[in-house]
Amino acid sequence: MANKLSIITKGLLKENPTFVLVLGMCPTLATTTSAMNGLEMGLATMFVLILSNIVISLIAPIVPDKVHIPVYIVVIATFVTLLELLMKAYTPDVYRTLGLFIPLIVVNCIILGRAEAFASKNGLLDSALDGIGIGIGFTLALTAIGIVREILGSGAVFGWKFLPGDGALAFVMAPGAFLVLGYLMVLFNKIAKKQ
Amino acid sequence: MAAKSNLVNMVACLFGVCLVCAAVLGSVYAVTKAPIEAAAAAEAQAAIAKVLPEGGQISEGEAALPEGVLAYYEQAGPDGVAAYAVKTVASGFGGPLMLMVGVLPDGTVYNTSVLSHSETPGLGAKCAEEGSHFRTQWQNFAGKFAVKKDGGDIDAITASTITSRAYTKAVAQAVALVKGFHGEEMTVTDASTGASVKSKEE
Repeated sequence: MANKLSIITKGLLKENPTFVLVLGMCPTLATTTSAMNGLEMGLATMFVLILSNIVISLIAPIVPDKVHIPVYIVVIATFVTLLELLMKAYTPDVYRTLGLFIPLIVVNCIILGRAEAFASKNGLLDSALDGIGIGIGFTLALTAIGIVREILGSGAVFGWKFLPGDGALAFVMAPGAFLVLGYLMVLFNKIAKKQ
Repeated sequence: MAAKSNLVNMVACLFGVCLVCAAVLGSVYAVTKAPIEAAAAAEAQAAIAKVLPEGGQISEGEAALPEGVLAYYEQAGPDGVAAYAVKTVASGFGGPLMLMVGVLPDGTVYNTSVLSHSETPGLGAKCAEEGSHFRTQWQNFAGKFAVKKDGGDIDAITASTITSRAYTKAVAQAVALVKGFHGEEMTVTDASTGASVKSKEE
């Protein structure tokens, strides 16, 4: 049991995809303009990650080595397209903010990375847990970056405005994303090392 | 362990995986098709309704469209068309600025709304903020279509003259179309090329 739990917790701390593995930087930098956007992007990625991990762990034994990458990509792309269709149909507002970045989940290195490094070598349950752990780690990291950028950039958290005025514009734009990511990474690794 | 990588295995495996994936996607597409279309239609309807007075059947107009106008809709009134909603686009600072503009038959702007834009956050993007002075001044506007700096009647957004000019031009295009229907001539001046030597957003 402790073993299963550690699969989840390592995704949060020791192998946090954003702050430790430094994977999937494109959506991390681009979609974290506010806490809500970061959270939604994290959840969307987690959805794809868990499902693709499960399916890949099931089909890995019968996939010939030389074609395993194309097969995994087809599986991942299928789930991403599925997510895109579902979001368009049932949550059009979320789709409007994240739209462009949803198809890009296909090429998010976290997902293919976990498929290669974990799901293809482990069973269904472990792979699903790994997807949950890494997914939560990614979601929390994106939300954290989003919260900091939203506070500094627009004086608000999750859309709740507590400071009048505009805040430091740079944090809403690209330079702020790099700055916040860098400092949070320092902070995270400092805390993680102490433990 | 993984199956052997001979030709037959590889082809069979890829074929099988693609077949299953295609089947899954096909069925999900079929299920979500109607809701997606409904959502898109509802969004378009809401955008049109926002810039028009209440009431009246709305139908898409069929006249030839001038440059910059993507579509227009007519709202039926007791005698003829009560108002027009015009979907119009102009080049903003960061890319196309697409608006829905409600215009009354006499050429008065009823209301405007931003459909999509890629202006700078915190500067030009303010043009999409409902209720700001820049937006409310457009309600029932019938003045000269140019920002005050260019001799018109529009208060530009601070530090976003290019965006304000694009917005003004887009609205002017809509009004020109409607005036054209009623036999009036109106030329849309492009302040962004005529008056602007500076290419940077001021």
